[in-house]
Amino acid sequence: MATVQADRKTTSSLLYLDGISVSFDGFKALNELSFIVEPGEMRAIIGPNGAGKTTMMDVITGKTRPDEGDVFFEEGKYDLSKLDETEIATLGIGRKFQKPTVFEMHTVEDNLQLSLKNDRSVKATLFWQSSAEQEARIDQVLDIVRLKHLRARVAGSLSHGQKQWLEIAMLLAQDPKLLLVDEPVAGMTDVETMQTAELLREINKTKTVVVVEHDMAFVRELGVKVTCLHEGSVLAEGSIDQVSTNDRVVEVYLGR
Amino acid sequence: MMTSHPLIRLLDRGSTLFLVLLAAFAIAIPVSNLLMPEGSALHLSTYFVALFGKYVCYGLLALSIDLIWGYVGILSLGHGAFFALGGYAMGMYLMRQIGTRGVYANPILPDFMVFLNWSELPFFWYGFNSFAYAMLMVLLVPGLLAFVFGWFAFRSRVTGVYLSIITQAMTYALLLGFFRNNFGFGGNNGLTDFKDILGFNVQAEGTRNALLVTSCIALAVCFLICRAIVTSKFGKVLIGIRDAESRTRFLGYRVEAYKLFVFTVSACMAGVAGALYVPQVGIINPGEFAPGNSIEAVIWVAVGGRGTLTGAVLGAFVVNYAKTFFTSGALAPYWLFMLGGLFIGTTLFLPRGIIGTYNNWRAGHADKAEAKAAEGASAGGGASPAQPSAAE
Repeated sequence: MATVQADRKTTSSLLYLDGISVSFDGFKALNELSFIVEPGEMRAIIGPNGAGKTTMMDVITGKTRPDEGDVFFEEGKYDLSKLDETEIATLGIGRKFQKPTVFEMHTVEDNLQLSLKNDRSVKATLFWQSSAEQEARIDQVLDIVRLKHLRARVAGSLSHGQKQWLEIAMLLAQDPKLLLVDEPVAGMTDVETMQTAELLREINKTKTVVVVEHDMAFVRELGVKVTCLHEGSVLAEGSIDQVSTNDRVVEVYLGR
Repeated sequence: MMTSHPLIRLLDRGSTLFLVLLAAFAIAIPVSNLLMPEGSALHLSTYFVALFGKYVCYGLLALSIDLIWGYVGILSLGHGAFFALGGYAMGMYLMRQIGTRGVYANPILPDFMVFLNWSELPFFWYGFNSFAYAMLMVLLVPGLLAFVFGWFAFRSRVTGVYLSIITQAMTYALLLGFFRNNFGFGGNNGLTDFKDILGFNVQAEGTRNALLVTSCIALAVCFLICRAIVTSKFGKVLIGIRDAESRTRFLGYRVEAYKLFVFTVSACMAGVAGALYVPQVGIINPGEFAPGNSIEAVIWVAVGGRGTLTGAVLGAFVVNYAKTFFTSGALAPYWLFMLGGLFIGTTLFLPRGIIGTYNNWRAGHADKAEAKAAEGASAGGGASPAQPSAAE
């Protein structure tokens, strides 16, 4: 695994993005994007459609390679731009997709069983046996997302909101250091949205979380530092009140 | 569920029934052919023994395709290539056994080499006079090709229809190669006129029955290997890859390693099927590499029900029996139309295949019974049966 020399970057942050640019056929999806996330922080990312939120997630998780710039993880220890999705997931970065993506044909239990932090090699899974410890861990995660009563259900039969929670539970089961959560409340009812905010705050007690979201009421409910992206770079950063009264943010959102 | 004992997971109702039926055939057919007097109603002809042996080999090929198509979603349209390579490895052993009984009576060189005025055995024919070496090659050659092919394809993340097309190109390239005389495998005519296998005459009734029983055992063993794979956590990962590949990748699984392993295992099984097929039909030629053969094998799996293992074998039997039946009568010229129609009909009206539809129907019944019981037990609260979504 590519480790960066100690002198190249000295940073105390968990996630460090500096001058990231990505272009697709001349379209600059990310333009000199820089921002950092401290350990234990929860950060909300907002921005209009096409601001580069998902591309940023892709860069962090190794799906897209940046054309320029640095992406470091854990105090500059790992250069994420040199690793692939599997290696980055193993380092402890979990990602929830915009569209809830769970294993529809498997039960809720099996979904979590596959997500638990374990040896992921072919040999290990071929000869794998469940243990009481693993079962207890699944119970624990299901408790957090309040899906314990659905343990034996096939994931495909869950409601949209329940799938979103199951995916968050799968992230938790991986025991990551950083959770990237892409639009967790899209398509949820108001009650579910508030429950999700509570859930994320609970998770944030032990883990660092980055949430991308459109829903302002939800972001306000989270009550954390907000970064507003626009055209691939950071437009404003601060509390939700600061950001939502920022003239340029208002201009971008309302399209003056 | 993952918590049950491994043996119970391995042998569910359908699998047990399958193995019992297979064992029954493997015992009943030789008994009927060898022990029942000719003319008795219980006597089966040797023709039937060879025919059934052939079906069992096709069943094994279908099983190997179902393992990768039904469980990982890799649609290989070139699996006939692995089947044929296994067949050629066996054929080369059988050719070396002919010895001086060939037309040119050359103790070392097979007839076609003498005919081509070759003076010595090409290096890749060395060792094939040993049965053990030949059997090793039956596994190794298809396995190695699948490994190298898969290593490049899966690493470059070639999926879906693109992968299907390059598997087809692979088998077509081999077809063209094996057609050439200077390739060293008998060219157009392939390998034939076999005499002995392990010292027994391949034409003899006893040998034919032994080959049938061996094929049944090979099918049973491969079936159990497939069951062990798909019921393990590894198998759950495979289904995860089939239904949500990127989710699996972002969970930290090395998707290409999983695909490569299972693709290679599948190719080895196809090789074994080919190796058992060749002594029973008495010939192997480049026609076995024809893309049409591979596509036909995929149809067997679709008809029987993919992702069920037993369905693949059943499909191979049903379609091939139909083929034997129709191609020997007045309807022979229309067989390909029937096969095409069968595929379209299956896709439209029976997308889960025979076994898949049956399983679904039974699950539906169980759900209904459960709902009824729940209704009877509690006055209020309609129990909603969990309907697994069809993630095709």
